[in-house]
Amino acid sequence: MPRKSFYEASARERVLALLDADSFHEFVPPSERATSPHLRELDQPVAFDDGLIAGAGTLTGRAVLVAAQEGAFLGGAVGEVHGAKLVGLLRRAIVERPAAVLILFDSGGVRLHEANAGLVAVSEILRAICAARAEGVRIVGLIGGAAGCFGGTGLIARCCDAIVMSEEGRLAMSGPEVIETVHGVEEFDARDRALVWRVTGGKHRYLLGEADRLVDDDIAAFRSAAIELLDGPSGLDLDDVEREHAMLAARWQAYADCEDAPEIWRRLGIETPDEIAMMDAAEFVATADLARRPA
Amino acid sequence: MERLHYDIPSQGPARRRDPVLVGVTASGNCEVLIEAADTPDACRVSVNTSALGFGAIWQAVLGDFGRRHTAGGLAIEINDVGATPAVVSLRLDQAIEVWEEEHA
Amino acid sequence: MTRDELLTAFFGDGFRPTHSDDHCFTGRARIGDETVTVIGTANRAEVGVDLCLRMAASVLECVRERPREAIVFFLDTQGQRLRRRDELLGLNGYMAHLAKCCEVARGRDHPLLSVVYGEAVSGGYLTTGMMADACYAVRDAEIKVMNLPAMARITKVPLERLEDLANRSPVFSPGADNYLAMGHLRAIWNDDHGARLAAALAELRAERPEVDTRMDDGLARGGRRLAASIASKVATHE
Repeated sequence: MPRKSFYEASARERVLALLDADSFHEFVPPSERATSPHLRELDQPVAFDDGLIAGAGTLTGRAVLVAAQEGAFLGGAVGEVHGAKLVGLLRRAIVERPAAVLILFDSGGVRLHEANAGLVAVSEILRAICAARAEGVRIVGLIGGAAGCFGGTGLIARCCDAIVMSEEGRLAMSGPEVIETVHGVEEFDARDRALVWRVTGGKHRYLLGEADRLVDDDIAAFRSAAIELLDGPSGLDLDDVEREHAMLAARWQAYADCEDAPEIWRRLGIETPDEIAMMDAAEFVATADLARRPA
Repeated sequence: MERLHYDIPSQGPARRRDPVLVGVTASGNCEVLIEAADTPDACRVSVNTSALGFGAIWQAVLGDFGRRHTAGGLAIEINDVGATPAVVSLRLDQAIEVWEEEHA
Repeated sequence: MTRDELLTAFFGDGFRPTHSDDHCFTGRARIGDETVTVIGTANRAEVGVDLCLRMAASVLECVRERPREAIVFFLDTQGQRLRRRDELLGLNGYMAHLAKCCEVARGRDHPLLSVVYGEAVSGGYLTTGMMADACYAVRDAEIKVMNLPAMARITKVPLERLEDLANRSPVFSPGADNYLAMGHLRAIWNDDHGARLAAALAELRAERPEVDTRMDDGLARGGRRLAASIASKVATHE
């Protein structure tokens, strides 16, 4: 079966290949031209869907709601309309009770051209995800695109029930370039690709317990992982956050003095951390699962 | 941004169906939205582009598209961020191919 | 406003700290006839892994020990800490954890309020103050994503253009007034801080907001004209 790269595909292509054939139905589709008035005001190009596709479909016949960010449009960044579509989808989920909401993240965070509206939108998405989870809706995030999952989007992703990442995917708060700009190349050499992927990439996040699945850069692999993750615990209660708190506190205790990922991996019991980068997903997961601490 | 409008002569009428979108608004790329319209002998095209002063080239690319396809009765809107004529042609061809597909 | 001026303005000498360092303070205080949990950042605190854990621990302690007690956040933060070490550990996960703790508190009927008193920047504000049921700022407080010159550099839109638009639109320039127009802040407080906080808390006790209404407020105030209708369309589209 020829691989269809998740990384190379557009958001629209990802959604269509991820879901059951011909099952996708879009809400507020491009023909409705819900574009950004703020970009127009700045005389900037707009996208008919404002870079966020929202709709419904099925996965092995089970109803899901899907949102996908287009990383190539303004870095997938969240603006007023983009954000509102995602909030609307999450509110819809509480009423419709799909098997899951799948969110294909590919975004650098708040859209600077709409700064304040974008920041408030991210805040509303955080609240909407938590509200949906509190109602028992399961939310699964998929990360594997070129823009990564940074800033406000990195926060949103870690409010999901589960995350699927490819090795190519990146998940963090600040982009390495920002860190380098503020604190210098010694702090973070943003052009050192290997470093960027060791610190923010899928394999490290999987080992750390920040991601639940690590898959090849193949839409079919993302689909399989999403199907597996349709079933699982849902809800967000005191026990969940207490458990997470203990895990995060322990992680800080264990690794606060580490400067780079291989030291963390070594302490996790990975004997040959230098070989991690070269492993394919299957070999990596087999190696990692002997050692990692799931969240 | 420049906004350009064209009425491109084309064989028609094309079939009617739900709107089709291909492409992405990104540097060197464009997105193309095709919808059914009501002028059967022409294809109405609106172009929103950040690359200024290429009206004649758009005319040529769109005219060529109109000759090669049955696009009469269609309305096309394009958001362009400096795509080359080759990329624009590709997107238009991809879009009309989806439009003419059996399903939907 | 400094931290000490803030605490005096809101609580007189009624604030009882349980922890206090340069960048963080927690404790309890009386407002009206209630005692509230106070969690605050100070001196343009950088929000890193350790600060997230400390604040989350305070939220969780309140939820465990004191049913339905209100939690008031006071924010003065320069945003997330920009260090490799924090990213390595998964800073976004720690910040999201704090947001989830707030959400659990909300679900268990703890009113959440927040007040910006210094500055509140981006990520540093998102998982703290912005998770509240009701968000406020004092006069002279600053709320922003980024300063305009940096935005001009990154977006490549000329600074003069941004400055011109900043005068006409609340959408992207720094300022608490803009966040009021967007529907995010309920109000900006110039004076009578203690009384206003008491009234805000009483309002939340009287009517707990079930749903995040900031989009509707943004529409009503004209700062965000599309969000409410777009969200509604996606929520109910056939």
